[in-house]
Amino acid sequence: MSQVKTKSSFGVAQLILFLSIAVLVVVVAFPVLLILFNAFWVEDHFNFDGAIMILQQPATYQALKNSLIIAAMSTIGSTIVGTFFAWLVTRTDLPHKKFMKAMFLVPFMLPSFIGAMAWKMLLSPNAGFINQFFMQHLGFTGPVFNIYSYLGISLVEVMYLFPFVFIQVCGALERMDPTLEESARISGAGLFTITRKITIPLVLPSILSGALLIMLYSMAHFGTVAVLGIENGIYNIPTLIYERIHQSGGSFDAIRTGTVLATVLVISAALIIWAQRKILGSGHYQIIGGKSFRPMELKLRGLRMPMMIFCFLYIGFTILLPTVVIFLVGSLKTYGLSFSPENLSLDNFKFILFEYAVTRDAIVNSVTLGFTAAIITMFAGVMISYVIVKMKVRGKGILEFLGMLPFSVPGSVIALGVILAWSGQFGVNFYNTVWIILLAYIARYMAFSLKANSAALEQVHDSLVEASRACGATMWQSLKDIVLPLVKPGMLAAFFLIFLPSLRELTVSIMLYAPTTRTIGVAIYTLNEDGETVISAALAAIALIIIVIGQFIINHFSKKAGV
Amino acid sequence: MDIIRMEGITKGYPDHPVLNDLTLSIKKGECFTLLGPSGCGKTVLLRLIAGFESPETGKIFIDDIPVNDMEEGIDVPPENRGLGVVFQDYAVWPHMTVFENIAYPLKIANVPKDEIQQRVMEMVDIVGMKGLDKRYPSELSGGQQQRVALARALVGKPSLMLLDEPLSNLDANLREEMRFEIKELQRKLGVTVLYVTHDQEIGLAISDRVAIMDENGVIQQIGTPWEIFEQPANPFVFNFMGIANFIDVRRDGTNFFVGTGTQPMPWDEKPEGEAVDWVAAFRPSDVTISREDKGLHGIVRRANFLGAMMDYLIEIDGAFLRTSLETHHAIARDLILKAGDTINVQFLSLHWFEKETLKGVRNE
Amino acid sequence: MSYVRLVNVTKRFGDVTAVDNLNYEIGKGECFSMLGPSGCGKTTTLRMVAGFEDLSDGEVWVGDRLLSSPKKNHYVPPEKRNFGMVFQAFAVWPHLSVYENVAFPLRIRKLDEKEIDQRTMDALKATNLVKAKDESPDFLSGGGKQRVALARALAINPDVMLLDEPLSSLDPHLREEMRFEIKDLQQKYGFSIIYVTHDQSEAMALSDRILVMKLGVVQQIDTPLNIYNNPANKFVFSFIGLSNFLSVKNDGSLVLPNHEGNIPQSFTLPERLVGEADLSLASRPSEIDFTTMEDPEGLHGVVTRKAFLGEIVDYQIKIGDQFMRVQKSRRDKGPEPGENCALHLLRPFWYAENE
Repeated sequence: MSQVKTKSSFGVAQLILFLSIAVLVVVVAFPVLLILFNAFWVEDHFNFDGAIMILQQPATYQALKNSLIIAAMSTIGSTIVGTFFAWLVTRTDLPHKKFMKAMFLVPFMLPSFIGAMAWKMLLSPNAGFINQFFMQHLGFTGPVFNIYSYLGISLVEVMYLFPFVFIQVCGALERMDPTLEESARISGAGLFTITRKITIPLVLPSILSGALLIMLYSMAHFGTVAVLGIENGIYNIPTLIYERIHQSGGSFDAIRTGTVLATVLVISAALIIWAQRKILGSGHYQIIGGKSFRPMELKLRGLRMPMMIFCFLYIGFTILLPTVVIFLVGSLKTYGLSFSPENLSLDNFKFILFEYAVTRDAIVNSVTLGFTAAIITMFAGVMISYVIVKMKVRGKGILEFLGMLPFSVPGSVIALGVILAWSGQFGVNFYNTVWIILLAYIARYMAFSLKANSAALEQVHDSLVEASRACGATMWQSLKDIVLPLVKPGMLAAFFLIFLPSLRELTVSIMLYAPTTRTIGVAIYTLNEDGETVISAALAAIALIIIVIGQFIINHFSKKAGV
Repeated sequence: MDIIRMEGITKGYPDHPVLNDLTLSIKKGECFTLLGPSGCGKTVLLRLIAGFESPETGKIFIDDIPVNDMEEGIDVPPENRGLGVVFQDYAVWPHMTVFENIAYPLKIANVPKDEIQQRVMEMVDIVGMKGLDKRYPSELSGGQQQRVALARALVGKPSLMLLDEPLSNLDANLREEMRFEIKELQRKLGVTVLYVTHDQEIGLAISDRVAIMDENGVIQQIGTPWEIFEQPANPFVFNFMGIANFIDVRRDGTNFFVGTGTQPMPWDEKPEGEAVDWVAAFRPSDVTISREDKGLHGIVRRANFLGAMMDYLIEIDGAFLRTSLETHHAIARDLILKAGDTINVQFLSLHWFEKETLKGVRNE
Repeated sequence: MSYVRLVNVTKRFGDVTAVDNLNYEIGKGECFSMLGPSGCGKTTTLRMVAGFEDLSDGEVWVGDRLLSSPKKNHYVPPEKRNFGMVFQAFAVWPHLSVYENVAFPLRIRKLDEKEIDQRTMDALKATNLVKAKDESPDFLSGGGKQRVALARALAINPDVMLLDEPLSSLDPHLREEMRFEIKDLQQKYGFSIIYVTHDQSEAMALSDRILVMKLGVVQQIDTPLNIYNNPANKFVFSFIGLSNFLSVKNDGSLVLPNHEGNIPQSFTLPERLVGEADLSLASRPSEIDFTTMEDPEGLHGVVTRKAFLGEIVDYQIKIGDQFMRVQKSRRDKGPEPGENCALHLLRPFWYAENE
């Protein structure tokens, strides 16, 4: 021991805390506050009545109702589908379970608005391929199914959202101590009784938590409703916000309606998050056990083959069919031709990749934006998580609260917020530039980064750092030599968790794009709206390829890193 | 000379102190064990010495240099205290090899490369990890990981090594083996050791001196293992150090009767004091039983065969005691008993405590 | 009177034989333990009795009822076997109250409400759980949870109780207490117990008979005292309590490697080992006395370590190039580290080195 030093009272800890709070305030809290402020502050005083009047207008009232109806239907449907398939692949002797499980997770990576486009091609009342087939060849006088309906929208959402429940319930069922079920069996209960009285009740918290996630997602979901609803005048909250702002070019009235609707979204999201925390916090049973045996499998017997065929049909119908349609339509010379070999070519793909400026720019924009947002958010996330998980400083409570925000602010709210904050009112005008999209991406994906990095940091036990301090390393040296190398896998995970979804992002970009700042999602959507079905399908096909390749890279890395 | 001196240390909330006005010193070169039930504040004390936490009031000296003096505002950070620390969860760095783990303190201290190489390999050898220096911790067993942690704590030649329950994550056999290895290392390298544990057997086996701390963070006794075991200062210490029998004895004039009955206590040395209610405290091995009509008459209430040992629960007029004897002795002396048998009990040694002082010690 | 019967029970997982041709019978009201290190096949055997694993070969009977027989293509599922079973990880259901956990097997059997209530309350009383009956078992301690599991197994009044390491998730202090409780319950209800454990002292304390198992093969079946007094082989000796093994060479006379002292006169080989070249001398640390250096029965060595452990003092003695442990009461005087000493083995056992 060479010298006697005293600890300084203000130091690194406070600096990091201050920086973390600053990031969250600028990126998330400030825009959201502006929304609340704009919704209720009219002509220099608070005005709740005004907000209520806006909600009572027929169009806004209808959008509220639609959001609720669609969210409710999607949630119920996804929960049933997700729980059923989870049970099927973990607790029965269904053949090819591993393959099925992997396939049921595929919708996670597919952008639902591309799926919605595919279903529009298949089931739009007059031009849909399936409807046409039935009308022309089977003598139907009208369409068999109209996708431009509440039921249609909800079914498409179910196809893409049920993995939220599926993955949660699968996890719970796999980790559940098999002796919980075996002890019921030795008590005299048959497998069916056990499923009903023991298994399902024990995983109920997981089911509910997955269901709430779907609710949260569906309430604030733009893509599917935009593609399938607008045709028939079905608007939900995000599509109405977009429609108003887009049509009016940002008039005061439109902004105000938008902020009031966004406030409704924020409040319902907060309620859902609160409910989910409550369920996971208090009602979550400790069902993870010691010894691990294979869990009991229900023998499906006569139902085994029919169930397998059902699963394959489901996968074929909901995953394969739409994907194939996108690729086929993307290869068509002109929309409306039949899918015969002479009508198909790769020219469209060549065109959008190398010749057509709109799509080429969109790809470049998306990749650059995604990459930059991912890098920034990854580093910011690691810093903020470090303060929340590891540091003992005063003022941490504020940060913990701010850290919750990104989880509960839907995309369209963030988009509206950044418009309010960065279009010149406060001295900075990013409107119509890529910077505003970048800021929105950072806010939108901060939650992913916080989640991945806190999980990684929680694995780094305090004693690992204390050990290095005791070895003579200072705080900075310990961070550099011990903490950073150990959270690297978490940071990498955060990077990909942000980079991939940002490639297909639509909800935020659609509110913020300018002619030169289209992203892939925006380009697909607007081309489709403009009737360029073939080009937009081709671009969607390319997006799908990029996403699948990216997913492979993630899987490869996360296996190597042992995450 | 004292290597550590703690004076008037207080830590915790004002209305709920973990440590209150604690004073303790540890001599250079000794193996000192701080023994106490879990949650008693012994780990906090170790963390104060290491510098991971700061006391609210009081002073800590290492080698007579103040490292904490709250009035003077002195609080030396852990990296400048020159200690070796070993943690319960090993805390070896998973992204470094065995060699890199052990080399880290030397690297931080800017020791030349070839000296690092030589000293680390020497340490690898001393802790019995020869040939494993290129492995990563995930390829090692718990015992081997703890050896790496020991080597890392010792490689910088600290004058004091702090060990916080280093063996409690290991299985019983390994724990037994490792405690002797730690003792061996301490002797070989002449380092002072402060060992914190709740396991009284380890404390007795390796220490030069032991301090017993109670649930409230108060040190009840400091002494050699023999003193602690044979001359416990109070019932808490006695109870903490092993299976304890406490039987009620009531004074009636000059007579001392066991339990609720009228058999006098067969022990010459009687307690001094005016109290009526006394307790005789002794270990299961302090009891001898026989079929001869000597000592106290009792009835076997439960007979328990444990392999090498026979374990009997005996009732004497409402007082219960446990005794154990080696199975081969039991067979040789016809003392394989069953519940309901009558048996006679004598004592080899016992301690007297006033019944008053037993409050909160005996759980009934 | 035999009640549970295992006949030629065999379990193969692929090429691995987990349980090899197991035969035993358990009497009514008997407490029978299967003891062995982890992976020895004891749990697999119990799960075959319970019906959670299929047999590869052999038969399981209870009374005159055949439960499993792959040859006769006969299999009674677990829910029809009427056993009580307690698992290591408690396996109590957190979404049901303590009362409903215990009542579950009775409700499955569709008993009338009055009888369910009465039998549930009986089981709760027997396990001291009446006070906690409306709580979720999640709020109970480990010991409390295991009581709920016991009560649930008791509720149907089973003839046979299967216990799979029921105490190893509890802390040591509680383990002993629960052991006595299980024994008391057995005395009260009279069921047979098949008890699986890796803890020899648990098996010793509870059982009427113990089966010691290694790699799926039975090593010995006997009463606890006989297993301790006459271990059938080296493995059983080493698995029961602390043990010392010294390698001894036999070339007509007995030789300890690198040992310069005498060999005690009473070291005589049992008949079966006379021709064996490599022997193992087994002894227990507690069954060794220190004797004088002149005693012809003394085995000479040097004290290399002495540790005071409280009630006992633990010595390490170097004999030739091998080590032995000796444990004496703290009251017995013993030599100090570095001193020469002579050991008298009170009960030496001889085994072939590689058996």
